[in-house]
Amino acid sequence: MSNIPADLKYTKSHEWVRQAQNGAVEVGITDHAQSALGDLVFVEVPEVGRALRAGDACAVVESVKAASDVYSPVGGRVTASNAVLASQPELLNQDPYGAGWLFRLETSDSAGAAALMSAAAYESFLADESK
Amino acid sequence: MAFIPHTAEDVARMLEVIGVPSIEALFDEIPKELRAGVLALPPAMSEMEVARLLTQRAALDGRPLNFIGAGAYEHHIPAPVWAITTRGEFYSAYTPYQAEASQGTLQLIYEYQSMMCALTGMEVSNASLYDGASALAEACLMAVRANRGSTSRRILLPRTVNPTYAQVARAIAGNQDITFETVDFDRSAGRTLLSALQPCSGQDFTALIIQQPNFFGSFEEVDQLTDWAHENRLLVIAVVNPTSLALLKPPGQWGAARDGHRGADIVCGEGQPLGVPLASGGPYFGFMATRMQYVRQMPGRIVGRTVDADGRPGFSLTLQAREQHIRRSKATSNICTNQGLLVTAATIYMSLLGARGLEAVAQASMQRTADLVAALSKVAGVKRAFSAAHFHEAVLLLDRPPVPLLAALARRGILGGLDLSERYPELGHALLVCATETKLGVDIDSYAAALTDVMSAPRAAA
Repeated sequence: MSNIPADLKYTKSHEWVRQAQNGAVEVGITDHAQSALGDLVFVEVPEVGRALRAGDACAVVESVKAASDVYSPVGGRVTASNAVLASQPELLNQDPYGAGWLFRLETSDSAGAAALMSAAAYESFLADESK
Repeated sequence: MAFIPHTAEDVARMLEVIGVPSIEALFDEIPKELRAGVLALPPAMSEMEVARLLTQRAALDGRPLNFIGAGAYEHHIPAPVWAITTRGEFYSAYTPYQAEASQGTLQLIYEYQSMMCALTGMEVSNASLYDGASALAEACLMAVRANRGSTSRRILLPRTVNPTYAQVARAIAGNQDITFETVDFDRSAGRTLLSALQPCSGQDFTALIIQQPNFFGSFEEVDQLTDWAHENRLLVIAVVNPTSLALLKPPGQWGAARDGHRGADIVCGEGQPLGVPLASGGPYFGFMATRMQYVRQMPGRIVGRTVDADGRPGFSLTLQAREQHIRRSKATSNICTNQGLLVTAATIYMSLLGARGLEAVAQASMQRTADLVAALSKVAGVKRAFSAAHFHEAVLLLDRPPVPLLAALARRGILGGLDLSERYPELGHALLVCATETKLGVDIDSYAAALTDVMSAPRAAA
């Protein structure tokens, strides 16, 4: 059973979003996603300053068997990206909700944020997907 | 006999399963006016009749003395090159799909990549691309992916780049939202005008293409061009002739060091001069090399050296996650055909010649062209077009249109060069000529004598 922290929001493409008070959000991929991809060998993160719309492909996670795009869950401007992943992609496998974060956004996209799933909704989405 | 294993019943059953009324219906998506219709082919011939027909046709080519280069070059190919290449073990023209089962092929590609890195001064090479022109188009697409500081998708394309390459790059990359802006050349020197770049300074361009030697055979001021590009945050795409790299500074060393790096960012070109015969335009092969920093943006296959579970060395395809069989429409390229057989020939050619042999070929070719230009410039009505130093090609200016003269020379068994008047009308009666190590002094004398003859004949008769 994959780990789905209750305090985060989720997308159908398996990104998680951690919302702070001031419109800042942190984005990564879920435990389910990292486990489906397998051992990651390369992670490409978006450059700081880049403006993203919700749904833009903005990062790439590559394992020995697949390379997948990561889509921005909400619109906003990139304020930070996790450069450590370039040399230690395994952090994303080991700690997808912590040290394996991908990027941070400054967002005013409240509609996009409202459309995200709760932990419970994501859990039943995963259950449906595996049927 | 038809070499088609399916009977009419098989075909009918297959169509039924997929719910299509006829084979014709499978082509419905292609507009009628784009289809070839009925091909007007003569009745089938026997093998003997075909052999006879083709032998007669081939004889019509004669064995002309060739002074045309313009992107494809006639070099001597040592006999072992194709004797080894066509051995059963190598004679497979395509990428191995069960790659690791073909350790010999993989090792050969690995050696090829290492040689191309040594020649270009770059850190990583792919296993080859389709040809030189499409390699440039791929380099343009790659530059847009790799230069993350640029959002303009605008590429500077000097007019001294091979016009056919420019056309192919526009056709492939132009349909992917990339625009090209031309850069003019110095009419007297025959190389890209540095001052033509100044208006572009400070603007957002993605990359600058530099061909060395350029289409006219002239040497570009690659250090200044590279420095300008890097100062203005453009990537440099080098288009180079591999033979010339035995003499010239490798693209990986162009310009001044910047951020710990120097040189071109992507190097590409046509591999034909390395052991591939001139054969009606192909098949040839393209090459591409880059820095490790951009390796994941590079199209095509890459062979890596590794160790197996017991620690024994072996070879494998690497970084395949970028490729179309895994990433589908998001692959770095969907035309990354690897010209395996021609790369085999090139690797054997380079191995046989060695660094000194390749340098000798380059030296001799450069010398022969210098001799040719000197000899032809003595003919009344002929002069050199440009002052810049050149490699094994140069432009001559004639006092009349080249086409009738070339026809007259062809009747004497001499292919006298490429008429540039359509591609570069501003140059007037310009002719691009080339001599490689395959042309001896007597050949150059024959050409000069024949040209003197046809130019002194009454014009109506020429």
